[in-house]
Amino acid sequence: MEKIIEIKDLVYEYRNEENEGVAALKEVSLQVKEGEFLVVIGHNGSGKSTMAKHMNGLLLPSGGKVYVNGLDTADEKNTWAIRQTAGMVFQNPDNQIVATIVEEDVAFGPENLGIEPKEIRNRVDNALKAVGMEPFRKKGPHLLSGGQKQRIAIAGVIAMKPKCIILDEPTAMLDPSGRREVMETIRQLNREEGITIVHITHFMDEAVQADRVIVMETGNIVLEGTPKEVFQQVEILKQLGLDVPQVTELAFQLKNSGFNLSQEILTVDEMVVHLCQLL
Amino acid sequence: MLRDITIGQYYPQESVIHRLDPRVKILATFVYIVSLFLVKNFTAYGYILLFLGFSILLSKVPFSYIVRGLKPLFLIIILTFGINIFMTKGEVIYQLGPLDVTKEGIRQAVFMGARLILLIIGTSLLTLTTSPIQLTDGIEKLLNPFRRFGMPAHELAMMMTIALRFIPTLLEETDKIMKAQMARGADFESGNIINRAKSLVPLLVPLFISAFRRADELAMAMEARCYRGGENRTRMKELSLHGRDLVASLITLLMLMIVILDRFIM
Amino acid sequence: MSIIVENLTHIYNPNSPFETTALKDVSFQIEKGDFIGLIGHTGSGKSTLIQHLNGLLKASSGKIYVNDFEITKKDVKLREIRQKVGLVFQYPEHQLFEETIYKDVAFGPINLGLSQEEADQRVREAIQLVGLSFEDVKERSPFELSGGQRRRVAIAGVVAMRPEVLILDEPTAGLDPKGRDEILDQIKNLHNRYKMTVVLVSHSMEDIARLVDKIIVMHKGTVALQGTPREVFQHVELLESIGLAIPQITYLMRKLKAMGKPIRDDVLTIEEAKSEIINWLRRK
Repeated sequence: MEKIIEIKDLVYEYRNEENEGVAALKEVSLQVKEGEFLVVIGHNGSGKSTMAKHMNGLLLPSGGKVYVNGLDTADEKNTWAIRQTAGMVFQNPDNQIVATIVEEDVAFGPENLGIEPKEIRNRVDNALKAVGMEPFRKKGPHLLSGGQKQRIAIAGVIAMKPKCIILDEPTAMLDPSGRREVMETIRQLNREEGITIVHITHFMDEAVQADRVIVMETGNIVLEGTPKEVFQQVEILKQLGLDVPQVTELAFQLKNSGFNLSQEILTVDEMVVHLCQLL
Repeated sequence: MLRDITIGQYYPQESVIHRLDPRVKILATFVYIVSLFLVKNFTAYGYILLFLGFSILLSKVPFSYIVRGLKPLFLIIILTFGINIFMTKGEVIYQLGPLDVTKEGIRQAVFMGARLILLIIGTSLLTLTTSPIQLTDGIEKLLNPFRRFGMPAHELAMMMTIALRFIPTLLEETDKIMKAQMARGADFESGNIINRAKSLVPLLVPLFISAFRRADELAMAMEARCYRGGENRTRMKELSLHGRDLVASLITLLMLMIVILDRFIM
Repeated sequence: MSIIVENLTHIYNPNSPFETTALKDVSFQIEKGDFIGLIGHTGSGKSTLIQHLNGLLKASSGKIYVNDFEITKKDVKLREIRQKVGLVFQYPEHQLFEETIYKDVAFGPINLGLSQEEADQRVREAIQLVGLSFEDVKERSPFELSGGQRRRVAIAGVVAMRPEVLILDEPTAGLDPKGRDEILDQIKNLHNRYKMTVVLVSHSMEDIARLVDKIIVMHKGTVALQGTPREVFQHVELLESIGLAIPQITYLMRKLKAMGKPIRDDVLTIEEAKSEIINWLRRK
């Protein structure tokens, strides 16, 4: 498979209030394959958000390189092509909607790209359909729930026809039903439209749905693999202050008590199957 | 409580007036205001009233709804009326303590009061029949020719859009912060003016901080969606002029002509 | 009884086209020193309810007693209510406004009309109670702190008013797992050491199961269910039909039991599940 994002030895430093250089990212390397569903976890300040902002040129590397669809983000000529290829959705649903009417907001990106009005209309309609929000196209965004607002933000990105969407904790401020709505929407975009997803989250039940999970800590990638591979490392994750699914932790504890139980358990059903095999 | 305030209230309706190009509506409103100030007798008000009544009828906005918009400005109308009635010199017909009511005063008061009411109704018809987004589009397009003189037409329109977008959000936030501070014993309702002003600090500081944070995040989100100012930007809904816009413009010009004739020739 | 709510009804915008009944004939009781979990879908009436307990909203009808004191009486002073019930809103760090953490935490106590020494004493205590060092942070600006620490300062601002009942609306929203655990530990600590009655609003059934003595489930402005977590989490179908869930571990145990395994299904924590499963496997 093609790689859509390639990060090579990325270093990012900024100056804090005492004017000391602080490295938020320390030689991070990562490749994101086209069509992949990648989840990034790690606690606040681990560098996940900083890395995400490098993936569409909102931040530029202090060292190392970031390529999006083969384009170097450090080259100013590429900025707009990169932002169109790798769209971004942020945490606060209120602070990324620009217009006073849903469909006008979805049109904002394509309008910035200078696309013809007729084509914009098409894209807006399709994008709203893709996130299941077309009944709300004439509504004011302040009348929507948090989950609906995030779906509008996703539609706004889809309308730019990106290959990849980077979501920076899009579910952090939502209630459980809003979280479900957003997760279903991005899973569907990934499966049906083949859009690459880079999803940053604190919720382990969301990470379980990924093709691949990476765990960040103090500006480094410390764990990487399929959800099954990563969540087996219960001890390391706990040390980092991260959660694991309850059944995974139970499997880990049962194994410590001397039961020969598989550690590749992420869901209730898997646990039931493995427990029954023990007998 | 704060959410009851409606700003730039739009009355959704299917009507010819609603469908008119916002540029035509903005210019017509401008012409209407100019006409109002050209008027010096009551007959000319009649022509203007005719024009306004015809527009209201076509707009299908209930008259009672329009009149409701006068309510918050009631005090100003009364004040205008009062000042004119007592401050105009002339033939005294009634004395109210130290104040004289003159014949000219009454005429003047009615005249100015009528002007104010017509002004308010006419301009509110514009906002009632034009959605905020059309309004900003119209303003942007109308200001476009002045760009070469350094007028930031696109930026102004974008600012208006964002302001309109964030008014409900910030009102809701004000409500939340107020309640949170009240839960900590803050009192926004009693005390003298100085104490009340002081009591606003715990409300205003968090509100400003939040507004700045929002602005920051919004700027980032706009950049991520390839926003780079008005250059090379297209619009999903292009404004285009139709036959009805021409008719509306002609009728408006006709009204202006009549008012001018009335003032300078008759 | 710490809190008694009797037939509480609240109607927003009464006698207008926007009239909505947010609370309908709500009644329940909370024992002194209880740790209560308040759960419900967004719009179920939870936040309207907690604002009544603090006197921020006035009941359309019904009564509320806090420690035998009726707070719904007409002539009650708000100050008296606030000394009894402390309310921490969602994202409380957004209400910080003073230059120093000391001043911000003192805002509540001073509004209560306490003397300087008394306020000082309470600020000291509250800052330490939320796990921050008073000497380290008192002169610092609240805006220098990390998100989780800022939130703790905001909670200290309410704790410093020494309420008999502490209500927290989703105190862990938006925090990472570590920040969440720290805050929940502080709350647990307040409850254990000071016998404070605590009402916790949360969307996380795992946290609720782990912490509370009793759950009140709200739905469409009424109390849909109440009882201990073991009782409430037995009603899976009802909870799911109103957009809620039960902890993953409870789902697992229910599934095993449904398959005929000799196992208790009212299990709430991983530790319980572990010993239950070990017992079962050993019996085999």
